[in-house]
Amino acid sequence: MTGAHLVQETRGIGPESFEAFLGTREEPEWLRQARQEAWQILRETPKPGPEDEAWRRTDIRALSIEDLATVIVGDGLTSPEGMLQIVERQDDLAGGLLLFDSQPALRWVDEQLGRRGLIFTDLLTAVREHRDQVAPYLGHVVQPADGFFAAMNAAFWRNGVFLYVPRDLEIQFPLRAVIGLQKVPTDFSRILIVVEPGADVTFIDERLADDGIGAAFHTGIVEICLKENARLTYIALQNWGRYMWNFTHERASVDRDSTLDWVVVGMGAGVTKTFLEVDLVGHGATAYMSGVFFFDGQQHADYDTEQDHIAPHTKSDLLYKVALKDRARSVWQGMIRAHPGAQKTDAYQANRNLILSPHARADSIPGLEIMANDLRCTHGATVGQINQEELFYLMSRGLSRAAATRLIVEGFFAPVLDRIPVPDIRRQADAIIHRKLGILAEGDFSS
Amino acid sequence: MEDALIIQDLHVRVEGKPVLRGVDLTVRKGEIHALMGPNGSGKTTLAYVLMGHPAYSVDQGEVLWKGQNILELPPDERAHLGLFLAFQYPVAVPGVTVANFLRAALNERRKRLNPEDKGIPIPEFRKLLREKLALLGLEDSFAARYVNDGFSGGEKKRLEILQMAVLQPEMAILDETDSGLDIDGVRTVAEGINRIFNPNMGILLITHYQRILNYIKPHFVHVMYNGRVVASGGPDLALELEEKGYEWLREQFVEQPTS
Ligand SMILES: Nc1ncnc2c1ncn2[C@@H]1O[C@H](COP(=O)(O)OP(=O)(O)OP(=O)(O)O)[C@@H](O)[C@H]1O
Ligand SMILES: [Mg+2]
Repeated sequence: MTGAHLVQETRGIGPESFEAFLGTREEPEWLRQARQEAWQILRETPKPGPEDEAWRRTDIRALSIEDLATVIVGDGLTSPEGMLQIVERQDDLAGGLLLFDSQPALRWVDEQLGRRGLIFTDLLTAVREHRDQVAPYLGHVVQPADGFFAAMNAAFWRNGVFLYVPRDLEIQFPLRAVIGLQKVPTDFSRILIVVEPGADVTFIDERLADDGIGAAFHTGIVEICLKENARLTYIALQNWGRYMWNFTHERASVDRDSTLDWVVVGMGAGVTKTFLEVDLVGHGATAYMSGVFFFDGQQHADYDTEQDHIAPHTKSDLLYKVALKDRARSVWQGMIRAHPGAQKTDAYQANRNLILSPHARADSIPGLEIMANDLRCTHGATVGQINQEELFYLMSRGLSRAAATRLIVEGFFAPVLDRIPVPDIRRQADAIIHRKLGILAEGDFSS
Repeated sequence: MEDALIIQDLHVRVEGKPVLRGVDLTVRKGEIHALMGPNGSGKTTLAYVLMGHPAYSVDQGEVLWKGQNILELPPDERAHLGLFLAFQYPVAVPGVTVANFLRAALNERRKRLNPEDKGIPIPEFRKLLREKLALLGLEDSFAARYVNDGFSGGEKKRLEILQMAVLQPEMAILDETDSGLDIDGVRTVAEGINRIFNPNMGILLITHYQRILNYIKPHFVHVMYNGRVVASGGPDLALELEEKGYEWLREQFVEQPTS
């Protein structure tokens, strides 16, 4: 990386930083205004602390907002070959996009689909070239008022991904984006997905940074707008470096007779706090939320989910599976909310935790808020260890303790991983799981 | 002795309670031994201890196999010495398919024999598996199911013998493999066992019923009572037990002080 360096650094979120930031942007007035409004909200929103209910179990006092590099540009950085390869033109993808250190490094979309109106590009380009498809949605699904980091992102976001699928377009192969970090230690990413009525698409969202990036920071927003009778399979693979701070606000609005299949694979980052929400706003809307999470070392991950049944006859089904090793800690707080009038709601949530080491810990907090009366809501939460009878059974067939444990952990995740329709992602997830299992330490529960 | 599993004066406690009180039994390769005895007499405990279940602590005695006392070995190493246990209550392993499980077990064994081994080629494994499934009257789709997860009693027992067929052990302990099977199932599984059995293999067959012994001819029959093998004989002993039950043993053995 000779000649590569970082330029123009400004720290913190104060007025000078924000002015300096705006000064680096050449953006349309509507977006400037949106940023300004978001920044105002940010100024009025205190950094969350342990006194906030949603943040009780995730301590971010050690994160200094004043020291965050909010304006930073990498110069002469070249994207790693590995990241480029993932999204380069290939037969079983409909489009690829690499955002590396916030810069679009590679961008393509199947020509035929492009002619039919499919848009898959970086968000800054989309703001310039596709205003009519971007402006009505950007900042409307996730709003700056949703929280400190939502406001921060809305004010300071640098770039992101825009996916627009026009009416009735059914796309056979997935679109795949990689958001990669290597040199720039902060990232403010933003994804906007708009699926028009009758369309059908699979989108893969991969976040990559290796551990070498150190104490980096990411705050992200994901907005999904799924219109009538449409279908989106959204697979998110979070594989940030293990010392990163990671905060996101993600929400999908699912309209009449549409189906969202949302799979989250979370393996990376040091401290994660994520808000994942589905709003079932149209009659007959369905959302599946699946999660596979494996944390080790000192990783801490806190997932806040909401299944909001706003229209009647809507269905949601959440299954999050978490394995924890070493001193890792996870928190899941799930809320099913049946709004007044959401009759015939069919809602389910389950969180299963597998604790592999004596000092790992999982908190599992399901919740129901029911304001309609004719519905079915169920939930389940479990925290357990490797079953010794299973271990003995497998070992009696000649599997070593490590191999047996690995098989059990794989089996634990399998029902969720089986929901991933892209073999390559499945393989990647398996590989990370293998690597994380490594050799279990003495005193871990499988021994 | 190289060719026998030799159990000598084995004393075992479970949660502090003595369950085996001095078991002596020898099973040679090429022999089938039936082990009978009332509920709770310690048959499954013996099977678990032979395989190395961690919940059982051995107070006294030895189990010799291939010239070493195996009681200190973990279960996987016993398996690699050719020991096999068909469980009375097979354990469900959700999310792990029968095929993946068997391939992992097979590959692990190949690797122990030869650290350079790259694992069984997939086509070869498929062929082997299909052949063994057919042996036990199982559909190919059985291999894609999760191990014992939601299996019927009969399916579980078939899977145990399927594993034995794939792993080809030299000493197999079959713990009530016949219970839970319907009449045709007993015949199919028994025929499978007979097909797998060979002069280089010994079998300890734990059962309550004469029925399976109509298909699998034991060379010896033993009776376990209150943690000890109290009677041994030929195949006739099983018939006698079927007729008389275990009451007569109670009269004979219950009053004896346990040494
Ligand atoms: N894990 C355990 N915890 C507590 N008690 C146990 C355990 N395993 C065995 N026992 C006790 O040890 C005794 C012997 O049990 P075991 O299962 O060996 O009998 P068995 O001869 O196999 O009986 P069955 O014919 O019913 O299968 C019983 O009293 C049983 O309750
Ligand atoms: Mg038993």
